[in-house]
Amino acid sequence: MARIEIKNVAKTFGAYQALHDINLTIEDQEFMVLLGASGCGKSTLLRIIAGLETATTGEVWIGGRRIDNLSPKDRGISMVFQNYAVFPHLSVFENIGFGLRMQKLPNDEVTRRVERTAGLMHIEQLLKRYSGELSGGQRQRVAVARALAMEPDVILMDEPLSNLDALLRMEMRAELKGVLAESKTTAIYVTHDQVEAMSMADRISVMHQGEIVQAASPIEVYRNPSAEFVAGFIGNPPMNFLPAKPADSGKWAVAGQMMDGPGGGSASLKFAIRPEDLRLADTGFKAVAKVVEPLGAHLLVTCEVDGQLFRAVLDSDLKVKPGEVLTLTPQPDRVRWFDPQTTLAVA
Amino acid sequence: MNARILPYVLILPVTLFLCLFFLYPFVLVSKQAFSTGAGFTLDNFREVVSYWKFPISMQNTLLLAAAVVPVQLALALLMATMVNKMQKGRDIVLYIWTIPLGISDLAAGIIWLAIFEQSGFLNSMMSGLGIVDQPVNFLSYQHPGVVFLAIALAEIWRATAIMLVILVAGIGLIPKEYYEAAEVFGASPWKRFTRITLPMLRPSLQTALVLRVILAFEIFAVVAALGGTLFPVLMGETYAYQFDLLNSGAAAAMALIILGISIAFTLVILRVLRVPKGATI
Repeated sequence: MARIEIKNVAKTFGAYQALHDINLTIEDQEFMVLLGASGCGKSTLLRIIAGLETATTGEVWIGGRRIDNLSPKDRGISMVFQNYAVFPHLSVFENIGFGLRMQKLPNDEVTRRVERTAGLMHIEQLLKRYSGELSGGQRQRVAVARALAMEPDVILMDEPLSNLDALLRMEMRAELKGVLAESKTTAIYVTHDQVEAMSMADRISVMHQGEIVQAASPIEVYRNPSAEFVAGFIGNPPMNFLPAKPADSGKWAVAGQMMDGPGGGSASLKFAIRPEDLRLADTGFKAVAKVVEPLGAHLLVTCEVDGQLFRAVLDSDLKVKPGEVLTLTPQPDRVRWFDPQTTLAVA
Repeated sequence: MNARILPYVLILPVTLFLCLFFLYPFVLVSKQAFSTGAGFTLDNFREVVSYWKFPISMQNTLLLAAAVVPVQLALALLMATMVNKMQKGRDIVLYIWTIPLGISDLAAGIIWLAIFEQSGFLNSMMSGLGIVDQPVNFLSYQHPGVVFLAIALAEIWRATAIMLVILVAGIGLIPKEYYEAAEVFGASPWKRFTRITLPMLRPSLQTALVLRVILAFEIFAVVAALGGTLFPVLMGETYAYQFDLLNSGAAAAMALIILGISIAFTLVILRVLRVPKGATI
């Protein structure tokens, strides 16, 4: 059982506060992705869990055991690094077996585990090579095999796929997800790539400026972002926002349209809709098309509604010319509302 | 200019310089060593090798190198690791540690002579503390061990920094991520040093050791200042052949023997510390 509990963890570097009071529980065998732009503190949090960085305050527990005062090797973790950190002076075999040798395991046990994990990662034929003779993708496989060979409770991954080219990344994404699910370890995976996060995670923790803004399943984060930041960060293109003024109770004026919205007496709200949740209709927002991008699967139209940037994902068979005025109507159950003061979602 | 001949044009000046001032004199010395006026001969080599001082000066030179170089290597590694761990003041410490490099070897020998001679600092201190009744002549034939120790100390003090600067540069090139990976996978600080630092430092260790070992076989001025004739070494004998005995053929033969030893050790060092293909950073 390797349930991870992060309790009130904060980290300052001099005057800079990298992490503010982080609280997060990761269930046993869960695949948790820490997602955020660079500098949001996601790597710092991972390094605190790994023991490569010390938290200024707070506690980290793994499997009911407090580990933030232990050295990395006593935490039951292993790690995959962004630049792989495959030791250049050791063969692939010795790289994968490095941690096992440090534990002074008998030779045949080392061989058995190295060969098994190398098999999992399909690199059995590379065991005698040095890292200088491997491609980026092969080094990546060695780094993962080395982490798996430790049979850890928790595996930590710091942007492990970011140095691979796009095609290889997609292939490794699926493979990594399968291998990790099979190994039954708890995984924490740091990335700035939302596609990676969406496709691999059981749960995503969206981080921003040293805080966790939302921790939920990929579809929940996508459909019901808890804050404006998440709505604007997740999704490509991201959500559209329009200012809304209160009209009758439960009615809001959005770009000249009357919309059903939350009650309560807010002075103003933000209306939000995903670009793919817009349809061409007879009534709705008047949108002036500015840029039309045919992407094959669909048509991305960047337009202007009420002076605001507004994107719509439409059927690729439609013929839309720049300058044309479109009438777009939102799918009612996909409309979300945010409070401009708190930036939080309003039900 | 044609890109294919440009590299050769660029290395032409240094090639000419090396030919004129290194290759040409080397050829002259070789000719001198292998001739006595009547064609090719090994007489000069026979003469110097059969001289009674040759075995002892060879033994002294090798012993000194064997005693000094490992200590210097260990010290330089320790100092380089320490400097590398420093956050502030790294440069100032490095400058201070490399000061002895700026002092000529004869001057270094004289500094240590001032410590060990009969009226030197060590004797003043020991009689001041009441350990000895009267000054001891440490650097005499009665105390060969002390003579050896004084020479070794002076060499260690003088020439460790040359290895230090090479190793500091080399350690700085090892990416931090390797140490973090080693730490996560359970390597203790000592294991990180032996399993990561040392193997990844091989190219720098090669350079430092080759340089240091060659210099150790050329030791001369420090020995002259501290040991005089009590401690004959190869380079001192070469000097004696050339300037005391005015036998430049024998001196040339000695010089070539020293060169031969240096090349042999260089090859051994390069072989032992070689980095396999594909195993570079």
